[in-house]
Amino acid sequence: MTPERRRFLGWSAAAAAGAALAPGLRLVELALARSPEEAASALQRWGLLVDIARCADCDVCVTACREENGWTGSGRPATDAQWIRKVSLRDRGTGHAQTLPLMCQHCEHPPCVDVCPTGASFRRADGIVLVDKHTCIGCRYCVLACPFGARSFIHEPVVGQKPDVPRGKGTVESCTLCVHRVDRGQTPACAEACNRDGGAAMAFGDLNDASAEIHRRLKSEPSSQIRADLALNTGVRYQGL
Amino acid sequence: MASIEYREIEGRSAGFYGLLGVLALVIAAGLAAAWAMEHQGHVITGMTNRIVWGTPHVFAVFLIVAASGALNVASVASVFGRERYQPLARLSGLLAVALLAGGLAVLVLDLGRPERLVVAMTHYNFKSIFAWNIFLYTGFFAVVALYLWTMFERRMNGYSGRAGMLAFLWRLVLTTGTGSIFGFLVAREPYDSALLAPLFIVMSFSLGTAAFVLVLMAACRWSGRPLGDALLARLGSLLGIFVAAVLYFVAVHHLTNLYIARRLDLERFLLWDGGVHTALFWIGQVLAGSVVPLALIFAVRTRAALAAAAACVIAGGLAQLYVLIIGGQAYPQQIFPGKDVSSSFFDGVVASYAPSLPEAALGAGGVALALALTVVGLKLLPFLPRSLADGEPAEA
Amino acid sequence: MRLRLAAALLAALLGAAALAGSGERSAGRVALPVVKIERGEACVAPVEEMRRNHMQMLFHQRDRTLREGIRTTRFSLKNCVECHAGRNTGSVLGEEGFCSSCHAYAAVKIDCFECHTPMRQARAAEAAR
Repeated sequence: MTPERRRFLGWSAAAAAGAALAPGLRLVELALARSPEEAASALQRWGLLVDIARCADCDVCVTACREENGWTGSGRPATDAQWIRKVSLRDRGTGHAQTLPLMCQHCEHPPCVDVCPTGASFRRADGIVLVDKHTCIGCRYCVLACPFGARSFIHEPVVGQKPDVPRGKGTVESCTLCVHRVDRGQTPACAEACNRDGGAAMAFGDLNDASAEIHRRLKSEPSSQIRADLALNTGVRYQGL
Repeated sequence: MASIEYREIEGRSAGFYGLLGVLALVIAAGLAAAWAMEHQGHVITGMTNRIVWGTPHVFAVFLIVAASGALNVASVASVFGRERYQPLARLSGLLAVALLAGGLAVLVLDLGRPERLVVAMTHYNFKSIFAWNIFLYTGFFAVVALYLWTMFERRMNGYSGRAGMLAFLWRLVLTTGTGSIFGFLVAREPYDSALLAPLFIVMSFSLGTAAFVLVLMAACRWSGRPLGDALLARLGSLLGIFVAAVLYFVAVHHLTNLYIARRLDLERFLLWDGGVHTALFWIGQVLAGSVVPLALIFAVRTRAALAAAAACVIAGGLAQLYVLIIGGQAYPQQIFPGKDVSSSFFDGVVASYAPSLPEAALGAGGVALALALTVVGLKLLPFLPRSLADGEPAEA
Repeated sequence: MRLRLAAALLAALLGAAALAGSGERSAGRVALPVVKIERGEACVAPVEEMRRNHMQMLFHQRDRTLREGIRTTRFSLKNCVECHAGRNTGSVLGEEGFCSSCHAYAAVKIDCFECHTPMRQARAAEAAR
């Protein structure tokens, strides 16, 4: 083979390999931290997978969320906000007992977004459901509409907010999937704490990314949504429910 | 139509100013409550993260539903052509606007961010029935104002039929929207039902007519106007029919729920062991709000009985809305059907709630505002005929 | 003629009085704004533009950040606070606070800090990590 032909074949092979890999490269790039100047994209869909079998009797996820997002409360549990809570279940028929963490499920068809009169409750392009506190009038209709009781209304003046987590009296809030961390390429505080100090029951990732652990597990193992009958296509899935 | 002479009320007596003074005091109390809630947050009320809509909403929804129904008497005249009710049409329009203003005032002042009303009126999510309601409520003011104008302005009298039809259709859509605020809550068993919209329609008929009867009787007595027995008896019969209709819808709603296995727990809560909610349902809503008024209207048949019946209907309506709004939230959401649930966020348990002073003051302030607007309106413009005695004007 | 002279004299006197009055700081009941720039060489935009348009910039940027997820550090509110927070108080509110000083003078209530923290956090955050 002549050097020219060899060179040509080499370049063609390289080009073909590049064309094959390029889409994968782009997706991987998205799965890692996007640059701050880039907008969130519908190519990604953030989600959580909770393995209830591994969910121990601890509540490190709750503590971590509280620390990260600053909803420490004022000792009035009826009116204090709770972004995530441990729920204890006991089957009425069999007596089987479980616990699991329950937070905003970041639905694809969120009832809270449907009912918000000003559009303050909205779903970001990458699947995270948020409250725009600039537009929230504090009517609490979304608190009623949420099937999971995930929303809280802030009943008292707030001071000492975390700089990345603005929150204030008279508006509604809920789990943001630690959007400020996700946008930096990190995982939500609950999942990080669970994997570090808890039962390693929570996996976070991009549901649309075929190479992500969460995507592979959801594809190969059984899982379910809470209130699947409502057909909301939640971003948070549970195993062992 | 024989010409009816309308006149303002004199509005110069000690009683008049005394009434306005009392109403002003209650309105001031409501405003003070709203101020405190806005500054200190809703923590000073009885509302919590489980019961986010409390006593103010009971009053607000009552006033809004009654507002829609108060227009009913005018509709019967203009839309259904019953001439004998024509003399009452102006008062009907005034009361409708006044009650709606009172209800909206309570709703807006209870918001977590009432200063963002401008945001609410400029940012709309049209998938939200709440957003549609904001349009419908503000539009109602315009439509009823137009309707009243066609009745006041002699040259426009010919158009009052069409304006009345517009107002009638508008209020049907508005009340359907109000009922759907609750009916569209798919995730809550006490609400998720298409039946709530028509239930609110018949409730509006019932509560609106009751409010109208009481205001009419008070206005005529205190301004020295004759009010005919036959006219009142007709209004009473109307009220009775509407009360029966509400009872029917309530019965169908609960009977259907009882048939659905997954709703048995809910019905047991509402009808049997829900404590204050069960008591309010049977004694407030059914007994005082339906059975007693029906007996008073169709068996006793006196003027005093009608007034008492109207008062009972109103009390029963408030009880019904309390059970619906607060009882519906107190009942735990069925997030995990078939399981007993407990958590730090009060999952799985019946939430406790007690009305607080700021909430009661705000609600009462709304009622007082509605009544004050009615009283002032009656003094400023000729809403009432000089006489409503039977036989004048010549009945059609 | 004399009347015109008297009127001109009166006008001149009043004018002089007004000019003299505006020269003093806090001569009236309202304290004039105190603008202390303690950090950085320049703001993210020229001073005149910031003075007039900072509200429009904030409104525009907040939607980009919240709804679209564009978190350009330069234009974030957190970054404004980091730079403008007072050296002693660590806050943009309060005594001679950068934001509150002008806003109190202009009697325009600030809504941002109902939810956003007015405190500079860099040192605290570093300590925590």
